[in-house]
Amino acid sequence: MKFINYLESITDIGVYPLVALLIFFLFFIGVAFYVILARKEYFDTLSNLPLRSSETDTLIPNTTGYDEETK
Amino acid sequence: MELQKFQYDNKIVKWFAYATMFWGLVGMLVGVIAAIQLFIPALNMNLPYTTFGRLRPVHTNAVIFAFVGNGIFMGVYYSIQRLLKARMFSDFLSKIHFYGWQLIIVLAAVSLLMGKTTGKEYAELEWPIDILITLVWVVFGWNMFGTIIRRRERHLYVAIWFYIGTLVTVAMLHIVNSIEIPVSFWKSYSWYAGVQDALVQWWYGHNAVAFFLTTPYLGLMYYFLPKAANRPVYSYRLSIIHFWSLIFIYIWAGPHHLLYTSVPDWAQSLGVVFSIMLIAPSWGGMINGLLTLRGAWDKVREDVVLKFMVVAVTAYGMATFEGPMLSLKSVSAISHYTDWIVAHVHVGALGWNGFLTFGILYWIVPRMFRTELYSKKLANMHFWIGTLGIVLYAVPMYWSGIMQSLMWKEFTPEGQLRWQFMDTVTKMIPFYATRAIGGTLYLTGAIIMVYNLIKTVKAGNFLANEDAEAAALEKHASHGKEHWHRWIERKPVQLMIVSLVVVTIGGVIEFVPTFLVKSNIPTIASVKPYTPLELHGRDIYVREGCYTCHSQMIRPFRSETARYGEYSKAGEFVYDHPFQWGSKRTGPDLARLGNKYPDSWHYNHMLDPTSMSPGSIMPPYPWLFDDKVDVSLTVAKIKAMQRLGVPYPKGFENEAAKDMEKQAKVISENLKKDGIETMPDKEIVALIAYLQRLGTDIKNEPKEIEKK
Repeated sequence: MKFINYLESITDIGVYPLVALLIFFLFFIGVAFYVILARKEYFDTLSNLPLRSSETDTLIPNTTGYDEETK
Repeated sequence: MELQKFQYDNKIVKWFAYATMFWGLVGMLVGVIAAIQLFIPALNMNLPYTTFGRLRPVHTNAVIFAFVGNGIFMGVYYSIQRLLKARMFSDFLSKIHFYGWQLIIVLAAVSLLMGKTTGKEYAELEWPIDILITLVWVVFGWNMFGTIIRRRERHLYVAIWFYIGTLVTVAMLHIVNSIEIPVSFWKSYSWYAGVQDALVQWWYGHNAVAFFLTTPYLGLMYYFLPKAANRPVYSYRLSIIHFWSLIFIYIWAGPHHLLYTSVPDWAQSLGVVFSIMLIAPSWGGMINGLLTLRGAWDKVREDVVLKFMVVAVTAYGMATFEGPMLSLKSVSAISHYTDWIVAHVHVGALGWNGFLTFGILYWIVPRMFRTELYSKKLANMHFWIGTLGIVLYAVPMYWSGIMQSLMWKEFTPEGQLRWQFMDTVTKMIPFYATRAIGGTLYLTGAIIMVYNLIKTVKAGNFLANEDAEAAALEKHASHGKEHWHRWIERKPVQLMIVSLVVVTIGGVIEFVPTFLVKSNIPTIASVKPYTPLELHGRDIYVREGCYTCHSQMIRPFRSETARYGEYSKAGEFVYDHPFQWGSKRTGPDLARLGNKYPDSWHYNHMLDPTSMSPGSIMPPYPWLFDDKVDVSLTVAKIKAMQRLGVPYPKGFENEAAKDMEKQAKVISENLKKDGIETMPDKEIVALIAYLQRLGTDIKNEPKEIEKK
């Protein structure tokens, strides 16, 4: 049941953080490329998802004065 | 495509909103009482249930899991239905989730006041409640994923990414940190000991902040801020990078709570590096939030919802800049154990979580009740009182925290410590008082809000089921594109798995070497397991929440070794299930308390702290002198420790009672010599046994240490 220190050391443990760094560096490059290369319209659609009105939205007059043209 | 008609469930949102308000007031009230106890100790009322050591965990748990927890569920249940164009998967699951969570909160409050605690900060709840939390969390996840699968909107908005990340990570953190061996129904010992326990605990503790107080609220920010401002988020691209970098980096930063402690140096360094890196995604998120308001800043002047949200996001930015700075080792050397940390946490809690919750409540309640807010004037008043409360809370604590730390470290030209610990406590009193005023103002603001919203609810007409319609998701059976779309449909599950992998790596890299490699926890031959009496005493120490004010970790600084003694070594804590290093020094460190004072000193001190140290703000513990040690658990305790690998000899559990009697007799005879008559079976005797043991092991064979 106890955590016993089974090993004196782990061989080549220095590689672990390097591998972890590499994985995430590549992952980030991937995300960055995806984000940069994806179409702007796609992101526009996504970012407008919360703004689709539901009934509760229209119950109270919108006072923020944001209209589509100023986008 | 045919439009499907369905209804959004507002009722569950309403219930969570009510719970948020109710528990918010309770949590803040307990916080204010605890704050006042620090400068008026009489408010501890000499009762076990009302002492600071028990109230403080009630305050932290209530505010984190009851106030913010219900706030999360309120916001998630409101936003996810609308973002996915679907009613929650099951009303029944929603109900179980709601009532289950409230039951957990009530059980938590009662058990913590009863002194049932694991002694691990923000994870104090005992194992039956831990299991209940897990079950209710699964219900929440089930309900959420059911809704995601039945959605009528193909795309998952970024807020939902944050919700999914929260769901998996909180589950992982809670389970890993709560692994414990039950002794009885309300008592357990942490599976981990000492350094390992500390590492797991602060991996959990830090990420409770990250994944309970931050990621779900960022999800709420990404939904409700654009909603309140009626404009899309500034940069959706930035939000994607924000999400992935935040969840990846956050999980590594836990060891910054353990700088200069006995945790291996490499783990501390990893914690520092990742903490500094955290500025980038955190500020990315803050900027994304604030820039959403570009061109609409004039509205912030008029709209109270936006006011609350702007201050919330700003507070988030301040706290996430300060956090990495506090993680620098040289800054931590000054700030750790002081009220600076308390101030830092409250900028986040009061500013970010509190104000965002208030903003959402002011936005959501009038809408669900189809009426205008009862009073904009009162809401504005709340905003200003709350803001003033935060300032009055934080500024004195920053000031006094730094002041006290510098006093602890000050030497005279002759090389002596300039200040007694008590001198530094006395200096804190006016700051504690100002802080309590700040907290009271903040609570007053919240009471005004609740009044305002009750009035709104009374005037309104609740829309329990809101009609909506949307087309069903197309089933893509066409050739060629099939694979791509199938992948999209599975995306939520993939998103969950990738998030889990991302957050697991940081934990694994930090834990595995500490658990497996011998050189990370050097053992010390003279460190022996606690005697049964000391073990009982330690459990009393845990029960009374002594760790909320006292550390047991001397850092390797001249100012600390001169005050407390030899700095703490990793090997000294190998039998500490759980570790009790603490995180705050309202009182002095206790790591080397053993044999410093006679038994009678402790006896008198626990009965009336001011009799031994005039000016003390510690509460008295009179019940320890009446209550008997619960010997019915002795055998189970020893057995549990044996299962955890503590090397008591075989069959020792049967001799434990005799051993206890013997040791207790010695202590009661010691007390007798000083004119104190006490029965050896009282709790105070066990506590004295434990306190006298603290840090003495390595004094027995100093040569052993020299070799290290």
